[in-house]
Amino acid sequence: MIPKKIAVIDYGVGNILSVQRGLEYCGANVIVSSDPEDILSASKVVLPGVGAFSNGMQALDKLGLIEPILELSNNNVPLLGICLGMQFLLDGSEEFGFHEGLGLIPGKVVRIPNLTTDGETQKIPHIGWNDLFCSRQDAWAGSILQKNREGDAAYFVHSFMALPDDNSDRMAEVLYGGHKIAAVIAKKNVFGCQFHPEKSGPVGLKILRSFVEL
Amino acid sequence: MRNFRLIARLDIKGPNLIKGIHLEGLRVIGDPREYARLYYLQGVDEIIYMDSVASLYGRNHLGEIVKEASKDIFVPMTVGGGIRTVEDVADILRAGADKVAVNTAAVANPNLITKIARRFGSQCMVLSIEAKQVGEKRWEVYTDNGRERTGLDVVEWAKKGVEKGAGEILLTSIDREGTRKGFDLSLVRAISESVQVPVIASGGMGKPDDIVNVALQGGADAGAMADILHYKRSEVSDIRAMAEAAGLKVRRI
Repeated sequence: MIPKKIAVIDYGVGNILSVQRGLEYCGANVIVSSDPEDILSASKVVLPGVGAFSNGMQALDKLGLIEPILELSNNNVPLLGICLGMQFLLDGSEEFGFHEGLGLIPGKVVRIPNLTTDGETQKIPHIGWNDLFCSRQDAWAGSILQKNREGDAAYFVHSFMALPDDNSDRMAEVLYGGHKIAAVIAKKNVFGCQFHPEKSGPVGLKILRSFVEL
Repeated sequence: MRNFRLIARLDIKGPNLIKGIHLEGLRVIGDPREYARLYYLQGVDEIIYMDSVASLYGRNHLGEIVKEASKDIFVPMTVGGGIRTVEDVADILRAGADKVAVNTAAVANPNLITKIARRFGSQCMVLSIEAKQVGEKRWEVYTDNGRERTGLDVVEWAKKGVEKGAGEILLTSIDREGTRKGFDLSLVRAISESVQVPVIASGGMGKPDDIVNVALQGGADAGAMADILHYKRSEVSDIRAMAEAAGLKVRRI
């Protein structure tokens, strides 16, 4: 039997090569594609992303990829959204107006507060390495974070953040200016990382490996 | 306070890692792939590749080096040197880079900053500034790897660059570059006080203490290290441990 592939969805933005290389490094057989057939036949799917929410969703729509992605998650095929790809998983985003997302995890995407909890202005985007901690006890067991430890640092670059309706969909948090920001969200077989696991050194590779081994 | 970033800077000429003094007198160090991999394994936070002669000849050799690096280096990579168009940026991101550093072409056409930021996001658009002191608390912008003067004031240019969409500034002191005398703290402070975006200080890192000084006194968000690593005078892991012991917040590994 030919081993099934992990499809990385290519909709024309940013550095997809590193996502591919990261998964390959973790032993995956990877296909980078924008063809709905390739994506529907994959055993797992990764939705990367950099850039603006509305442009990204439009690109997915133009390529006819929205229906296939929804179909996959109905069939419980593991899906990992990275950065903007994670934000697509929610119902919609307030980035430049309101734009609809995939609606796989109830909630929305909002701007990171530009004041710290102490009322000081803070730099946005949130760029750099930040420490992950559990949203609640045992949240990481059996998940894509099962190989990680609290305090592991991951690499973030974003101006907007996911706000799931249901706190039980939050898996990992980071603190930025005193605010809790959802770093990893999950619902059934749908996972999202706000940071870039493919750019987070050994910490990120552990997460990719856990996803590959799911 | 956010984590201060420890960045390895690799200046490249053709296929070689090189190092100069004041961006001149370039000396061959070795194979950039080998050094980048070593720094990744030592726990560096980011890597910057600069093609030192690209703007002179109008080309960039780094695509292949970065593509190769993306196989086993999993930290953010910035590429600079000879980037002139939005298409150049698309190509280099496809090769595995996360950000581009633009100097000469941005000075010639500041709207390029806006074009890159709109298409790829401002987080991707690093404005590279080569600064040479010309008076008391005054610095002039140079281009073409420190070869050409522009008449622009560094503080004014940094502010304009950020207005145009730059998401980060890579600030190289030509006076300190390769000298091991420590970063130009007043230059770094002048810029970090003038703009809201992160500032990467580059040029002059001689000992681990220098990184603490540029963070706490200069207000830098990140420090670029070259000579100190290339000549194996310190390892990234030792610098990180020392910085943490001195009270600087850095990524824990």
